[in-house]
Amino acid sequence: MATLELANVVKRFDKTTILHGIDLAVRHGEFVVFVGPSGCGKSTLLRVIAGLEAPSAGAILIDGQNVNAVSAAQRGCAMVFQSYALYPHMTVYDNMAFGLENSGMARTQIQAKVAAAATLLRLDELLTRKPTQLSGGQRQRVAIGRAIVREPKLFLFDEPLSNLDAELRVSMRAEIRDLHARLGATMVYVTHDQVEAMTMADTIVVLRAGRVEQVGAPLDLYNTPVNTFVAGFIGSPRMNFLPVALLPSQDHASLPIPFGTHTIGLRPEHAVIGTDGPLVMHVAQVEQLGSTSLLHGAVGLDTPFEMVCNGQTTIAGGDTVRLALPAQHLHCFDKDGLRL
Amino acid sequence: MSVATFLTRTHGRHRLDWTDWLSYAYLCAGLVAMFAPVLWLVMSSLKTESAISQFPPTFLPYTQQSVQVAGHDKPLPLFMTRDSQGNMRVMAQVRRIGIMATMVDPANPATEIRVNIDDRKPVTELKFALNNYTDLFGKFSFGRYLWNSVFITVVATLLTLLINSMAAFALSKYQFRGQRAVFLLIIATLMIPPTIILVPVFLVINSVGLLNSLWGVILPAIATPTGVFLLRQYMLTIPDELLEAARMDHASEWRIYWRIMLPLTAPALAVLAIFSVMWRWNDFLLPLIVLSRSEFFTLQLALNSFQGELHTQWNYLLAMTVITLIPITFVFAFLQKYITTGIASAGVK
Repeated sequence: MATLELANVVKRFDKTTILHGIDLAVRHGEFVVFVGPSGCGKSTLLRVIAGLEAPSAGAILIDGQNVNAVSAAQRGCAMVFQSYALYPHMTVYDNMAFGLENSGMARTQIQAKVAAAATLLRLDELLTRKPTQLSGGQRQRVAIGRAIVREPKLFLFDEPLSNLDAELRVSMRAEIRDLHARLGATMVYVTHDQVEAMTMADTIVVLRAGRVEQVGAPLDLYNTPVNTFVAGFIGSPRMNFLPVALLPSQDHASLPIPFGTHTIGLRPEHAVIGTDGPLVMHVAQVEQLGSTSLLHGAVGLDTPFEMVCNGQTTIAGGDTVRLALPAQHLHCFDKDGLRL
Repeated sequence: MSVATFLTRTHGRHRLDWTDWLSYAYLCAGLVAMFAPVLWLVMSSLKTESAISQFPPTFLPYTQQSVQVAGHDKPLPLFMTRDSQGNMRVMAQVRRIGIMATMVDPANPATEIRVNIDDRKPVTELKFALNNYTDLFGKFSFGRYLWNSVFITVVATLLTLLINSMAAFALSKYQFRGQRAVFLLIIATLMIPPTIILVPVFLVINSVGLLNSLWGVILPAIATPTGVFLLRQYMLTIPDELLEAARMDHASEWRIYWRIMLPLTAPALAVLAIFSVMWRWNDFLLPLIVLSRSEFFTLQLALNSFQGELHTQWNYLLAMTVITLIPITFVFAFLQKYITTGIASAGVK
């Protein structure tokens, strides 16, 4: 249980700057997700928090204490790695007990703690196995178990679910959420998958090229993205962006489009087919998913456009449909991509 | 797969392909070329002193039979003789002068018969002279030499593994200024032949007072560039994330080395252990200059001292050679799978 503060954290490798002054405050017991495309510096930021990398500038405060000079071992964080990083020559029990042994805990106490963690994660049957004898999901649980036995102040997860298959990922997502609810610990979670971010986070931090683009609750980011990057990154399928020039001029007045708008954003699930709509979409492909249908195509000459229709559709590739623009769902951005 | 099916695998489905003939011929030739001398050595080590010098030599240890005959102090050698009528008879030879031998019938020692040596053939029997081996332990403080060799090999190998793995750990997992330079320097020492530094090594050993001490043989050789290189290459393949996980787990750097790195480097350590055992066990030059008193002799030095200026007891020399070969043979027989996997994974050709 701890608070975490980052003050203008900068990280450079030689001449390349990976993190350009990150400021962030994480509350007690909060579940924060760092999300962004690969190479945006989210994993580096996590490693800086963990103490595995030293920041080039700025301060990291855990519980209000500056921990810049504190080694990774002494920071009281626990980390779950993308590759799990289980010690391959040790049994599940030894993997979980290793951290406790290092801090000089009595053997009986270690046994009790490992047993408790194993029960929590349903690993009781597997304690004598080696990591190679476990499935991906089981390894993941051991990695989490290794983190929780030490009762750390701060949990750090580095893309822990990216090596699992889709089905397992969904159930592990729920398990980690559940764990967070039970332990009430502060957790920082890194992922490139915006679905994971949306479903798990209390707060999402969207990163791009070493800068924080937006911090907020999942639905705030979905409803009011501050720029085209966040708008495009959060939500699946991603938001459509239309140059405002595509709209016939008479529609400007009827729609709530402020002065200076350069791009209009509309999420695929908000697009509506209307016979008198202002835009014409040329449908190229139709994906029938049963409960919904996904139309791929273009508006105007070559502006790509996707939309989601409820239920099954008779529209096929090669058709043209007219689109209505629901005023309450339009996102307007200026020429720099910032929200108006 | 059983050994039999493995050994009799063929390229052709049902009959032998020409590539099978070729490979089997090649393998058999290799087997003979490499194994025959060793086999000859083992067989010769089981011969008596006289059988070794016998001409023409025999593969199996045949010894001439002898018999105790009344009226003679020593046992007499037995021969199959042919008399003028062409009858074959087993007789004992009393003496031989020129081409004529004086023989007696063991049953009737009073009558002596003179036989041309072309008309007699020695009566031989298969006899393994195991006393070549058993005598060693009684004579020549052989046990002492064996202990010296074993002590040097075991202690030097353990120290080699420890020192080399620590150097390899630092060179593979820590970033520090001059890391490459240090590594290249270590590798560069491979280019210096050991004979070049023999005299300086001797002077150093002498000045620190390790002359005629087993430690004088152990200490100079425990840091090997080959070992550092081998282990470093292997350790580079161990993911850094494991070390980071251990650091997050409160482990000190020493514990990371001892509990994480060493167990995971086991295959490469096995390879180095095998090499080190071979190097130390077969080492001759360094012990030769460091150990001059016979109570510190290793087996290799003892073998050397066996070869006298005027007379060499070949039967003992050969038996001792076989004993010095045994540890290396065992190391190879039981650890060869580690050698191949270890060398393959260490990326060393």
